[in-house]
Amino acid sequence: MNSNEVKYTREHEWIKVEGKLARIGITDYAQKSLGDVVFVELPDLDRELKAGEVMGVVESVKAVSDIYAPCTGRVITVNEALLDSPELINQDPFGDGWMVEVELDGLDEELLSAQEYEELVKEEAE
Amino acid sequence: MEMKKTPLYDTHVKMGGKMVEFGGWLMPVQYSGIIEEHQAVRSAAGLFDVSHMGEVEITGKGALALIQKLITNNAAKLNIGKAIYSPMCYETGGIVDDLLIYRLEEDKYWLVVNAGNKDKDVDWIRRHQTKDAQVADISAKVGQIALQGPKAQDILELLTKTELASLPYYHFAQIPVAGIEALVSRTGYTGEDGFEIYGAAEKIKFLWEEILRAGQPLGLLPAGLGARDTLRFEARLPLYGHELSADITPLEAGLSIFVDWEKPDFIGRDVLLQQKAAGISRRLAGFVMKDRGIARAGFQIEKDGLLIGEVTSGSYAPTLQQNLGLGYVKKEEASIGNEIMVVIRGKRLRAEIIKTPFYKRGQNK
Repeated sequence: MNSNEVKYTREHEWIKVEGKLARIGITDYAQKSLGDVVFVELPDLDRELKAGEVMGVVESVKAVSDIYAPCTGRVITVNEALLDSPELINQDPFGDGWMVEVELDGLDEELLSAQEYEELVKEEAE
Repeated sequence: MEMKKTPLYDTHVKMGGKMVEFGGWLMPVQYSGIIEEHQAVRSAAGLFDVSHMGEVEITGKGALALIQKLITNNAAKLNIGKAIYSPMCYETGGIVDDLLIYRLEEDKYWLVVNAGNKDKDVDWIRRHQTKDAQVADISAKVGQIALQGPKAQDILELLTKTELASLPYYHFAQIPVAGIEALVSRTGYTGEDGFEIYGAAEKIKFLWEEILRAGQPLGLLPAGLGARDTLRFEARLPLYGHELSADITPLEAGLSIFVDWEKPDFIGRDVLLQQKAAGISRRLAGFVMKDRGIARAGFQIEKDGLLIGEVTSGSYAPTLQQNLGLGYVKKEEASIGNEIMVVIRGKRLRAEIIKTPFYKRGQNK
């Protein structure tokens, strides 16, 4: 995967756009900060997401964290494997740990490039 | 407020512990991962830094009488070398703290109290102090680590000449461990066999490193407060600020066996006796989530649309692999098998009251 196709939010989601289709998940930094993920709540199919709104929840043993939509659009697929195996988010956050696919209507205007996101993570880690 | 650090703080950071604030202290919440550490304690062993806990030494001819007035359990039963667990109550029957009481010598006792309650406890104890009892807060001088799990005895025996099989549950011995003078107590907060080891604060780092080195071939992992919490939760061991507070009595918390009614007097006895006679209106109950969701502390519990209680602790339980919870519910709704609803982010999700402790050593296989 060419990381240049991928954009990031300040809340640690990633979004990979291919034409009208976008796939969304949380970043490696996010899964590491959360620790063992034990529960995921994903949006319903066909839900019309608005960029910036809460679209789901990810819970680790100790923490509950909202997932924010990085785009506007209709949910066309959710990763149902996560319901029984939420640990996929820890094991492969950019791959098998993806969360939803969306028919894209528009991206959040505040999305970060890979380089900008890397800088944000560096700042937060300090 | 400046965060307090245990003598092991630098060791935790160096070893990759993820540090968080807990009760005014900077403590490791995890090393390798909460679930991995939890499972290590259930199947082999885990090592915890619990030096943040407070130790209060009570000495003198009046020591026992003072302790007897403060706690609900009976310290007169304590021989030298034995420990008991007890709540300590206000006049109202509400809980000041829950603690361990060790008898070290004829007239020398240690009270081991929760980190976040220590200053409040010391004030409370001093308020009832008599002339023939001395009260000293020795917390800063004493470090404590907990070695917990089925391999705990094998590991500790590598570092001491004392044969530990003869040390029963809730007994302790003052013996050298790795050449360091230590108080080794067969107690813990995980639902497993294990030891709580007290030593001079400046020697704790050496003890920690020696125990880790000896135990690693047997599967010992350093563990953080995250695993300590999931372990105690599965074993239904109460946590102050969650299951216990100034508004909750030992009877409601299911701690009646630690209230000795034969004792003629202790603080809170009158109110607790009245509550015993009248019956409690709520009690601590355990539940399993039937719908998908994790109940967290503070969430409301409902039945038929009516509020019947509140969650005190809730988590994914790594040993049982279920989402479980503890909470106070109206007594008439607390019977096993009763279906209740937990309100999670505005949704009402089904749960069922089940037997506690959720996990009992040797019974969940």
